[in-house]
Amino acid sequence: MFKFKIIPDNINFNFLKLKYIAFIFSFILISMTMIFLFFKGLNFGIDFKGGILIELKSKNSQLVDLAKFRERAFLLKAGEISVQKFGKDTDVLLRIQKQDGDNKKQMEIIEKAKKHFEEDFVIRRTEFVGPVVGDELKNAGITAVLLALFLIMIYIWFRFEWQFSIAAIVALTHDVITTIGLFSVFNLEFNLAIVAAILTTAGYSINDTVVVFDRVRENLRKYKSQDHYYIYNKSINETLSRTIITSITTLIALIIIYFFGGAVLSDFALAMIWGVVIGTYSSIFIAVSCLTYFKIYKGDKKDTSEPIPEYER
Amino acid sequence: MKFSKINFSFLILICIFAIIYALPNLIPNFQFNKINNFLPGKVVNLGLDLKGGSYLLLQANVDEAINEKIEATLSEVRRTLRKNKIKYKNLKSNNNRISFIIREKTLSKKTTKLLEKFLKDFQLTKKENYFVINLSDNGISKIIQSTMNQAIEIVRRRIDESGTKEPLIQQQGKDRILVQLPGVDDPGRIKRLLGKTAKLTFRFTHPKINSSELNKNFVSPPGYILLEDQNDKEKFYLIQKKVMISGEQLTDARPGFDQDGGSAVMFTLTTAGGKKFGKITGKNIGKAFAIILDKKVISAPIIQGQIFSNGQITGNFTVQEANDLALVLRAGALPVPLHILEERTVGPGLGNDSIEAGKFASIVAVVAVIIFMIITYGMFGIIANIALVMNMTLIIAVLSLLQATLTLPGIAGIVLTIGMAVDANVLIFERIREEFKIRKNKFDSVDEGFKKAVSTIIDANLTTFIAAFALFIFGSGPIKGFSVTLMIGLVTSMYTAIVLTRFLIIKYISKS
Repeated sequence: MFKFKIIPDNINFNFLKLKYIAFIFSFILISMTMIFLFFKGLNFGIDFKGGILIELKSKNSQLVDLAKFRERAFLLKAGEISVQKFGKDTDVLLRIQKQDGDNKKQMEIIEKAKKHFEEDFVIRRTEFVGPVVGDELKNAGITAVLLALFLIMIYIWFRFEWQFSIAAIVALTHDVITTIGLFSVFNLEFNLAIVAAILTTAGYSINDTVVVFDRVRENLRKYKSQDHYYIYNKSINETLSRTIITSITTLIALIIIYFFGGAVLSDFALAMIWGVVIGTYSSIFIAVSCLTYFKIYKGDKKDTSEPIPEYER
Repeated sequence: MKFSKINFSFLILICIFAIIYALPNLIPNFQFNKINNFLPGKVVNLGLDLKGGSYLLLQANVDEAINEKIEATLSEVRRTLRKNKIKYKNLKSNNNRISFIIREKTLSKKTTKLLEKFLKDFQLTKKENYFVINLSDNGISKIIQSTMNQAIEIVRRRIDESGTKEPLIQQQGKDRILVQLPGVDDPGRIKRLLGKTAKLTFRFTHPKINSSELNKNFVSPPGYILLEDQNDKEKFYLIQKKVMISGEQLTDARPGFDQDGGSAVMFTLTTAGGKKFGKITGKNIGKAFAIILDKKVISAPIIQGQIFSNGQITGNFTVQEANDLALVLRAGALPVPLHILEERTVGPGLGNDSIEAGKFASIVAVVAVIIFMIITYGMFGIIANIALVMNMTLIIAVLSLLQATLTLPGIAGIVLTIGMAVDANVLIFERIREEFKIRKNKFDSVDEGFKKAVSTIIDANLTTFIAAFALFIFGSGPIKGFSVTLMIGLVTSMYTAIVLTRFLIIKYISKS
């Protein structure tokens, strides 16, 4: 009925044996995130920090000499600026810090910068975010992440047991923190789109976790005479094939966005690629491992399992 | 092992609906095509980041409107007290409140009665002879709302007059205005037009003190105010506080030229305004009559002769400036100044590139996933692929139907759903595979596999849906667009997996 198998049928790998290695690995990841966040912080985009961003493309496909471009941008006398290639060698991102003074000053510098480069550049995109809006967007982003975590916790509590919801939230928080860490370590720009990416990978990761938990719940009812350790491992192994295949298809889509989706989406895709990888890892190694620290009641009924089939013995 | 007739008919209906509503998006220039008349749907509504355009978030300085109301009320209180010969002291206003003391306590009741007649949105409290008038919360929100309505109306008029097509203008929050200008890649002119409140007044200058004697530290005598020239920051005028004619009395304003060929703005006053203007100019020939826009003096020409309803404003304008000034005068003054809080402008080149990149990425992703699924699952993979294609069609159909806005992150959302949509199918297939190992009977394993997989699929997708919903509530602009496509994708992929895949598998195994 099925052609090819990515995961062999009789797989019975002892995942929980790797529990401590996983904990140490995650501990290192989280500590690194904390250290980087504390000493280096995040490279906030103008969405959160406020400021001006202009994307330019040179006319006649002339390659851009960044050093020269930077010198030319300094002539604007706009205070702190940053210049960066964007996707192609003809495209440049120019960031200008918020100007001292009122709103008119911000508008003036945008007009001035446009005129300054108009001759040999096409202005592709202009963004200005005032500090008030920046703070609001930051708060909205934080609220969105916390609200999502909370609602997911409630849902899992309602559908499973409270132990499951705690294990899921631990795994999820782990994913969110390490994704933020990725952006700090590699100094990638952290903007609104990245918050969206983080929430989406949170959604993906919880999806993965729920599939494994679903199987754990089912097996807990089925094999009452078996101990929890055996059941957890069995559940991971049974869902492993699905976990891997879904990760592969999602990663295929994301890697394609990363390479072909255009420069605006590439960081966004990168955050999600990391999120899918770390989310898959955490569902198996963190979420289920956390369950081992709880006593989970198997119910009153007798063992309803069919005799354990040949291949599992 | 049954697929009911009702389910089947519903599935067919859904598929037909999806194809009909998604179809317009495949036809180039659909709006101008004849097929337009035969299909009910519309093309997907593209966000500004894809079709190019400008997004502006403006904040209205509503405090100014509240202050104006307080000041007007203060004058009204003063007038009333004087008229009724009630002696008072310490009449003043601060922080949305007016306070004063009357000298004779016995008049306290009378005062209350007089004030209550016109103080509608205020709360009046008194302690013996000490009166405090507070603007009520209700009163404040009334002022804010009417200010906002007026501001939005004026913004709309100015943008319409500038020739921008299909602008979207709406209030956001308490004191903000969201302006979306599709196809505008240089909003500089619009920003200039919205940057002026355009309050125009005509007033007399001080009869004795000339501009040459003034500097910015000059202390103006009572009844006069020191104002700057609009072009020359070093030049000042001493202007009467009393307004003779204001911009509200204008019926029309057009750009034109003065006798010397310089740019000017020609204006027409209302009948009443014209009469008043004639009377004032007739009586004051030889005096300087200043034209003031937003607290700056445009010019202060000497009245040469009597002028009635038609006049002109000169003041070293460029042609563009005269055009813009005529436009804002015609459209009317903003009740309060507006500030730009946020601007996002995308040129048409970038928008097109984004669409192309998005299309290309989607197609490559679909093809790659299709190949992977066929390699992994063979015939079942083909079934999953049919469901996948149907799912994409459904997403596009729903987006077109709801006229939800598709943004660049939204395209990423669709590509992501491609990857995740097969998940439901994978869950089902893996479950069937497991059941098959135990039961060795195709029909039973498909039935059991489905039953068990469906509860997992619902749990898994609902939790993802929760995360997308949080994005929808707190996200703005493109992010909201992303969450909408993600939510639609989750629902459609659940439906195609549970219903369409099931139907196809039943057909397939009952044949083989």
